[in-house]
Amino acid sequence: MNDSADALNTPRYDIPPELQQQVHLTTLERIYNWSRANSTWPMMFGLACCAIEMIATAAGRYDFSRFGMEVMRASPRQSDVMIVSGTVTKKMVPQIVRLYNQMSEPKYVIAMGACASGGGPFKEGYSVVAGVDKFLPVDVYIPGCPPTPQALLHGLMTLQRKISQEKLGEMRWYAKQPSEPIPVPLLGPDLIDPRKLPLIRKQAAHTGAEEEADE
Amino acid sequence: MSEHPLLDQQFPEWVQADARPGYGGWLVQAAHLNDVARWLRDQAGYDYLSSVTAVDYFPEDRMEVVYHLYRSTGGSALVLKVVTGREQAQVPSLTPLYPGAEFQEREVWDLLGVRFVGHPDLRRILLWEGFAGHPLRKDWREPFFEEEVKPFKSRWPEGHVRRAEDGNPYGDNLQYPPDFDPDSWQPQGEDALYAKFQRRADEGIHTDTMIVNLGPQHPSTHGVFRMVVQLEGETIVDLKPVMGYLHRNHEKIGERNTFLQNMPFTDRLDYTTSMANNFGYALAVEKLMGIQPPERAEYLRVMMAELTRIMTHLFSIGFLLNDLGAFFTPSLYAIQERELILDIFEAVSGSRMMCNYFRFGGVVRDLPEGVLEKVKELVLERLPRKIDEMDAYLTKNEIVRGRCEGVGVLTDAQAIALSASGPVLRASGVPYDVRRADPYSIYERFDFDVAVRYHGDIYDRYLLRLDEARQSLRILQQVLRDLPEGPVMNGKPQHLVRVPAGEAYGRVESPKGELGFYVVSNGKPNPLRYHVRAPSFINLTSLATMARGEKIADVVAVLGSIDIVLGEVDR
Repeated sequence: MNDSADALNTPRYDIPPELQQQVHLTTLERIYNWSRANSTWPMMFGLACCAIEMIATAAGRYDFSRFGMEVMRASPRQSDVMIVSGTVTKKMVPQIVRLYNQMSEPKYVIAMGACASGGGPFKEGYSVVAGVDKFLPVDVYIPGCPPTPQALLHGLMTLQRKISQEKLGEMRWYAKQPSEPIPVPLLGPDLIDPRKLPLIRKQAAHTGAEEEADE
Repeated sequence: MSEHPLLDQQFPEWVQADARPGYGGWLVQAAHLNDVARWLRDQAGYDYLSSVTAVDYFPEDRMEVVYHLYRSTGGSALVLKVVTGREQAQVPSLTPLYPGAEFQEREVWDLLGVRFVGHPDLRRILLWEGFAGHPLRKDWREPFFEEEVKPFKSRWPEGHVRRAEDGNPYGDNLQYPPDFDPDSWQPQGEDALYAKFQRRADEGIHTDTMIVNLGPQHPSTHGVFRMVVQLEGETIVDLKPVMGYLHRNHEKIGERNTFLQNMPFTDRLDYTTSMANNFGYALAVEKLMGIQPPERAEYLRVMMAELTRIMTHLFSIGFLLNDLGAFFTPSLYAIQERELILDIFEAVSGSRMMCNYFRFGGVVRDLPEGVLEKVKELVLERLPRKIDEMDAYLTKNEIVRGRCEGVGVLTDAQAIALSASGPVLRASGVPYDVRRADPYSIYERFDFDVAVRYHGDIYDRYLLRLDEARQSLRILQQVLRDLPEGPVMNGKPQHLVRVPAGEAYGRVESPKGELGFYVVSNGKPNPLRYHVRAPSFINLTSLATMARGEKIADVVAVLGSIDIVLGEVDR
């Protein structure tokens, strides 16, 4: 990983040997990413079975506080990473999208386990969203049903690696325009994603025409 | 003579025995259900309505609502069935007689579309108001519908990769009724829910109550559960639980799966007690098949079920302290022991949480080398010490007592009427434990006491869990002493079992309460009906009774003391 202390302390400048213990040179991007990657606060937010493994990861044996992640915040405003730990259902997804919108930038999403990644064993179910990435931009997918704590730790470290490679110039929270919130889905006869409304209208017209043709 | 009254002699006009092969119980005329139930409750001692569900016999125009009644003094189930048509499906509600039927009847209405006449608050419970259709009806198809039953041809034997999304016009798990027009559609919202809160009549000074929502994302609700509370100042006037945020369609998927394919799904019901869930489902299907597991398998089953109980009870005590405000440190003590038990589960089944260890007629494999020594070390040395440690740290703690004693009280009569089970029922002074009341497997052989406490408050529920963990240790010590050698499975392992037509209800005392599986087979490789009587779900019926009159801060602890797991509440 290039965010280790060694990597930080190897700039491409010659520092006189007598100053090497006192002076450290690095780039703004590196120090910025290094500090962010090591203090990613997850949101205290459990959905299903995976949440129990997330709790186990937070507990003594696996202990993700070693990676600067022990501060789980119950408020989305205070958290950096949303660990979607379990099955996303149609009834719950409006709340999940709202929580994501409430998180302040920089924010990341981890899809923990098979259900959050793609619906998992419950994908065929009528009230299950086949993966949280239908609504949120997912940064890391963790396979498993549920993933073991080791797998979750690996996923979190993968996120740290991703963070440490981000470019200051491309970060969306420094863009000129603020990023748009994700439209919150509605609960109708089935889940209504506002982004799919044109398609729903087209389909409705289509089935209507078919019925008329039948008559 | 049967232990049950002969209802067809008592009510020859109204009741008939269910004489279909493989079936039992009584067919009651809908118009007289209330009279028969009242007689059963008041005269014959059947004061505990355990399970309410329905079966759709499409393409026949026939739906059956199935009731399982028990005596709170013990014994097996008395099964009532009421037949109704599919078009105008309606039966009288039993909620006025058995308040514990409230949520279960709402669930049957939600998923099967049977209207309960006389129900005080018949709304959808797992889905939302406005959802199109009643999904557990046999002619209702989900958007990702592929074939009627599994194994799907696309996966086996032909086996090719096809994304379910590609077959759907929306490229997603969505479908809308043909007359659906998104532009004129009005969201129904939650008016029906809020309308149920009674406004107080004016008494002189006009004051208003306040409605507060806790959840579905709230650290106190143990997952995605929501409580809507009506407050007067800080005091709770009324409370309505809202669930379904983790409704994962276990029953619909279960009716498409083969019998064996359901076993791993039971793991994911109450995901902290997968071994106990396996146990209940295996019992139900074994009842239908008429087989018995070999001796060693019976002992291994009991061993796993009791280890699960200790693990879950410690876990729930740890999280009760979380709810009281002692954030995470007490839980760390519990999780430490839990990890050691999970190590054993991982060694025997290959997975920490989703064990999938039981099979019809046994367990999937024997203990690997070295595991028995680990269990012995835990059961004989470590766990008794650790349970005592928990006891010493918490039981006399002033804050624990101050917050828990006399709070969230449920009396014995209320607990029975509200169909509470497990620790909630026993902490209210009802010594009802399925392992003793209606023994299954080999529990009759073991010497243990049914733990019971009498105050029905949070504190007693906590103490009862400690008592039960100690009793489980007693059982485990006897298991370790008597564990015989031999096979762990009868015959060869089969992936397609032959299950004769009929119905069966297998129930076990899971750590959360009475976990029942109602399985109906029509002789095909897939169950016709697969219903889970989930203790966490039904125990929630009594949440409002416990919470009324308490402070809002206490409702968090009350919920923690019921110990729900959302996977099971919402299924």
